[in-house]
Amino acid sequence: MAKTILTVDDSASMRQMIGMTLSGAGYGVLEAGDGAQGLAVARGKSIDMVLTDLNMPVMDGITLIRELRRLPTMTGIPIVLITTESDAQKKSEAKAAGATGWITKPFQPEQLLTLAKKVLGQ
Amino acid sequence: MTTTDPGEIFQQEAQDLLALLETTLLDLEHTPGDGALIDTAFRALHTIKGSGSMFGFEAVAKFTHHVETAFDMVRQGKLAPNHGLIAVALESRDHMRLLIEQPEFADPRTGEALLARLREVVETGGAPAETAVAAPSEAVAPEAGIGWRIRFSLPRDALVNGTNPLLLLDELRDLGEARVVAQIDDVPPLAEIEPTACHVGWLVELVTDVPAAAIEDVFLFVRDEMTLEITPLGADDAPAAEAVEAVPAAAPVTVAETVGRPTAAAPTPAPAPKPADPAVEKREAPGSKLAAASVRVPAERLDELMERVGELVITQSRLSQIAATSLDQQVKAVSEEIERLVLELRGTTMGIRMVPIGSLFGRFRRVVHDLSRDLGKEVELVTSGEETELDKTMIEQLNDPLVHMIRNAIDHGIESPEARRAAGKPEKGRMLLSATHAGTEVLVTLEDDGAGLDRDRIRARAIERGLIAADAVLADADLFQVLFQPGFSTAKTVTSLSGRGVGMDVVKRTIDGLRGRIDISSTPGQGTRVSLRLPLTLAIIDGLLVRVGQGRYVLPLAAVEECVELSSEEDARSRGLSFLNLRGDLVPFLRLRELFHAKVPADHYQKIVVVSSGDLKVGLVVDQVIGDHQTVIKSLSKLHTDIHMFSGATILGDGTVALILDIGHLVAFGQMVEDNLRESA
Repeated sequence: MAKTILTVDDSASMRQMIGMTLSGAGYGVLEAGDGAQGLAVARGKSIDMVLTDLNMPVMDGITLIRELRRLPTMTGIPIVLITTESDAQKKSEAKAAGATGWITKPFQPEQLLTLAKKVLGQ
Repeated sequence: MTTTDPGEIFQQEAQDLLALLETTLLDLEHTPGDGALIDTAFRALHTIKGSGSMFGFEAVAKFTHHVETAFDMVRQGKLAPNHGLIAVALESRDHMRLLIEQPEFADPRTGEALLARLREVVETGGAPAETAVAAPSEAVAPEAGIGWRIRFSLPRDALVNGTNPLLLLDELRDLGEARVVAQIDDVPPLAEIEPTACHVGWLVELVTDVPAAAIEDVFLFVRDEMTLEITPLGADDAPAAEAVEAVPAAAPVTVAETVGRPTAAAPTPAPAPKPADPAVEKREAPGSKLAAASVRVPAERLDELMERVGELVITQSRLSQIAATSLDQQVKAVSEEIERLVLELRGTTMGIRMVPIGSLFGRFRRVVHDLSRDLGKEVELVTSGEETELDKTMIEQLNDPLVHMIRNAIDHGIESPEARRAAGKPEKGRMLLSATHAGTEVLVTLEDDGAGLDRDRIRARAIERGLIAADAVLADADLFQVLFQPGFSTAKTVTSLSGRGVGMDVVKRTIDGLRGRIDISSTPGQGTRVSLRLPLTLAIIDGLLVRVGQGRYVLPLAAVEECVELSSEEDARSRGLSFLNLRGDLVPFLRLRELFHAKVPADHYQKIVVVSSGDLKVGLVVDQVIGDHQTVIKSLSKLHTDIHMFSGATILGDGTVALILDIGHLVAFGQMVEDNLRESA
């Protein structure tokens, strides 16, 4: 069964790029425009992995990770932070909140697929 | 969704973000301490940088990075969002826009100059500390031998946080030939086992030629919290190797069973999935309050849609005409149903095209900001009625006229702070830009509290230019109309902004083209008010179809006040009179038969359709009022632009053409005829 990945990013172009890349590789893709929306989606759907941006309106990525980890269904589900180099210090904060890993912008579609494979397996 | 190219989507998105950034910066100038504004600005910059770097806009990303850094400092309270910073940020925003939209015109020196100014602001802003980016820890890289012995254990919460050790082991296996032994020394007695924690460690012997760094990469995400020992495989490792070999080949499977998958091991009640979650949005305009459910569509598509609806309306009226003469009740019923549906479709389609005028008003804040700075004047722009909706095409066409009006108001209207103080006014000039619905029109007004128009100078200039007669007696409203004549300008010196004498005539022409009207009123010393009256839409109107002689004409229904009968006796009696007594009001009227040279004899009972424009009324005598008609406006060809009596044409149900009367012009004409008659009387 295809694994479902939730992308949370306030940038439509990022969501588009990630969505195209992942769905092209056979993953199911869900999208949300900010942390609060992402949390709402995660509450209602079965998700195998979450990709989240850091800076978003309404609810930021770190808060989202913390909230997601409180959901019983999200235990052990990989949550990957999309970050930029200047957010280096944020990585450890995200890790403390429960992030599994991170991917640094800019990245190529192949890098995203490598990442998905890394945290989700084949 | 028309484009799936993320680069294009980024450009659209960046446009929105830059607009948001601009308003945020301008707001921030007024309320520098507003944390929410600072966050918004930072986020906009952050997204432009992040997404820009993703989609090939490296120059944008690089440039934006510095501005973002500055705003990050503002966010952390290390830098004050003072005027200097905002000014640089605004200009940087313009540079970003250029970099995104027309990179070929972007001068790198401008960018460098801006960054230099930004650095200066940042340094004087009292925050010398550059945001240091932590250097990634140096990986010790011993030379590769026949392979590596890897001993590792994961942090206790690794499983909960989504790290799957099986996948890590798989990755190691991908690097070479691996033998894996689980280290279960730390696994507590069953009673003390925390099921979601990771108690197991692993020893892996990997025969490979990859460097140690590649192995560290496998553990990238958990590297900082885990224990990891990587040592080269050597001859002295025999005991360990034996230990490894002693483990049956099924070891990894055993490990898998020991550790289990936390999600599977801890059965949790899965909430029932909702069928459709409204929070899942495909695309949206960031920063917009209505973002939650909006779709972006190119304007041409809307034009196309409108055109199709227009054709449908015309075809439908043909159907109605056929149904009207048909005896078949079913045909009549279907025709009525279609008429209703088409009407609704038309309403919906026009609704889609409606855009709040606020999007337009937002742009002017910047214009006012820049202009008042350049002219050394202090001007505050107050807007109201941003939610007023207007056809999108019209909003776009309103931009230039309004910019020009604003320029004129700041340049000529609002006085310098000193002059204002001398006149007992607050130093800061005030401009009010407002929009309101008035029937089927939208009224857009620009008011300033400046010096007002100089009647005498305008008059002198108009006479000098031969625009009015030297002895003409004119009301203010009429005198001010000369401002719209090409080549009129009273500015003594030409400034870079206005006063070249081009502009107001162009404004007038644009507004005329939109079937709107423009009026100026002014009180000396107190200010000027320019009002634009615009029809709600350009495409389809409700009309009243009338017959004059053999021709049929359409009057915009919104302008029609009432219809009264005119018997031939009354008609004969009123010959020579220019007005009609309408319940005590004297209303001038025009005989359209005479105006249009109708040849066939008049009906016994003619009708007077009373129409209004602004505060003025005029009665139009027609032969027959046929009824209401959804009118798809087709503009007249270029050859007919000098015909003022008609504003357009439409196609009727039987395929014939009806001309649409220009009410504004007819009312003015009727009033003029009346004035002339009065004067000669």
